[in-house]
Amino acid sequence: MKIGVLALQGAVQEHARIVEAVGAEAILVKRVEQLAELDGLILPGGESTAMRRLIDRYDFLEPLKAFGEAGKPIFGTCAGMILLAKRINNQETSHLGLMDVTVERNAFGRQVDSFETELEIKGVAEDFPAVFIRAPYIIEAGSGVEVLSEDTGRIVAARDGHYLATAFHPELTADTRLMGYFVEMVKDAAVKT
Amino acid sequence: MAKTGTDLVKRGMAEMQKGGVIMDVVNAEQAKIAEEAGAVAVMALERVPSDIRAAGGVARMADPTITEEVLNAVSIPVMAKARIGHIVEARVLEAMGVDYIDESEVLTPADEEYHLNKSEFTVPFVCGSRDLGEAARRIGEGASMLRTKGEPGTGNIVEAVRHMRKVQSQVRKLISMDLDEVMTFAKDLGAPYDVLLQIREAGKLPVVNFAAGGVATPADAALMMQLGADGVFVGSGIFKSDNPAKFAKAIVEATTHYQDYKLIAELSKGLGAPMKGIDIASLSPENRMQERGW
Repeated sequence: MKIGVLALQGAVQEHARIVEAVGAEAILVKRVEQLAELDGLILPGGESTAMRRLIDRYDFLEPLKAFGEAGKPIFGTCAGMILLAKRINNQETSHLGLMDVTVERNAFGRQVDSFETELEIKGVAEDFPAVFIRAPYIIEAGSGVEVLSEDTGRIVAARDGHYLATAFHPELTADTRLMGYFVEMVKDAAVKT
Repeated sequence: MAKTGTDLVKRGMAEMQKGGVIMDVVNAEQAKIAEEAGAVAVMALERVPSDIRAAGGVARMADPTITEEVLNAVSIPVMAKARIGHIVEARVLEAMGVDYIDESEVLTPADEEYHLNKSEFTVPFVCGSRDLGEAARRIGEGASMLRTKGEPGTGNIVEAVRHMRKVQSQVRKLISMDLDEVMTFAKDLGAPYDVLLQIREAGKLPVVNFAAGGVATPADAALMMQLGADGVFVGSGIFKSDNPAKFAKAIVEATTHYQDYKLIAELSKGLGAPMKGIDIASLSPENRMQERGW
C-alpha cells in the first residue's frame, strides 16, 4: 500500500511518519509523475495559498483532480481540506473542487484563537486529540457527505465517498487511529478498482 | 475542553510553515506581492533590516498602523517584531492579533539581561539562535520556533550558514553523547539541562529551525534548506531587488525544490542585481546584530 504525501510545503514529514506507523509505505510527492504509483494521497496541513501557487507552477492541478476522479482516495487536513473543497466561502473559485462541501478559511480566528481539544469521530474514536491551527471548518456539506465529527456545532471532519477531510491536524499528535481509518479506505478502493 | 496557547498549538503553527518562505514587508502592497508569490507568512515591519542598519538610532516595534494594514491585506499569517525583553511591545502585538512574534535582535534590545518569558503568552514566538546553548535557552523561555540569526540586512549568507551548522552539529553531538556527559555539556553551553535531555531523547530539536539573516539569492535559500533548515526567512533581499515579484517567486521555488539544480539555474536567470551586500569582517562588533541576545 503506497500512500503519497503532497510535499510542496507544510507538515509533510509528520504525515509520512504516521503513514509508516500504520504499516503503509509513505512517498513524498514533489513531481506529477509520482502520482501514478500511489494507492492514496494525503494533502497535508500548511498554507493553502502557498500550496496552490506551487500546484499551479508545476501543473499539478489537473493530475490531482484526475487522481481523485479515478477513484483513488485523498485525505486532506486543514489546508488540505481547503484544497479538496468544491466551494470556499467568500471566494469565487475553489482549488481541486472534489469534495462536496463549502469551507470557511481561518474560520476560528487568528493564531491566538488556535486550540486543542478532544473529539468524538464517528467510526474512529471517542476521544481523538485534535489540534486546530488557524483552522477552517465546513459550513455546509452536500447530501452525500457523511459528517464524522463536530466541535461545538461546527463540522470539523467529514467523508464524501473516497475523500476524507479534517479541519484539525492528526499529524501533530501520536494518535494513528484516523490514519488507520484512511488506510482502510485506500484498501477498499484498491479492491474496487 | 478547548485549550488555547498550548505548546502543541504554538509549535504546531510553525510546523505548518515548514518548507516555506516568510518574507519581510513594510506595507499592504508588498504583503500582497509576497502572498501572491507563495509566501507562507509575512513579517510586518516599519523598515527592512538593511534600512534599519542604514538609519541607525533606536529601532522599535513598527507603527501599529503598518501592522494593521498588513493584517488586513492578506489571509496568510502575519508576524511582527518586538524588541528583546520588551514585554509591552509583545503584549501590544498579541492584542492586535498578530499570529507570531519575533523577539528580534534586528531591533534595539529593551533589556540587555533578560529575554521575554514567552511561555506566559498565548501568541507563539520565534527567536534567533547561533548555537545550541542559545537555542535551548530560548526554548526554555517558551519560544515555539527558532531561526538562525545570521547577520541581518547584509545580504551575506556566511553567518546564517555558521549558525545552522553549529546548531546541527551540536545536536548531533548531544544525541550521540553518554548520559553522564550531558550535565557538563549543559554547563558549557549555558543550556537548560532538561531541554537538552528532551532533545537527546527525541533525537531532534522540539521546534522548527528556519534560516534567517543574509539570504540574498534563490541559491542561498536552497543552500540553507540543504543544511537542514526547515524553511527560510527573507528580509531585505526581496523588496530591495529590481523585480520583487519575480525574485519572491524564485526564492519560494528554490526553497521547495532545493535539490533541483537545473530548476535553480532557471530561477536564478535575469533576476537583476541582488542587494550589494556587506562583508561581515568590515562590521565593527557593535554593528553586528547577532551579538544581541543573552
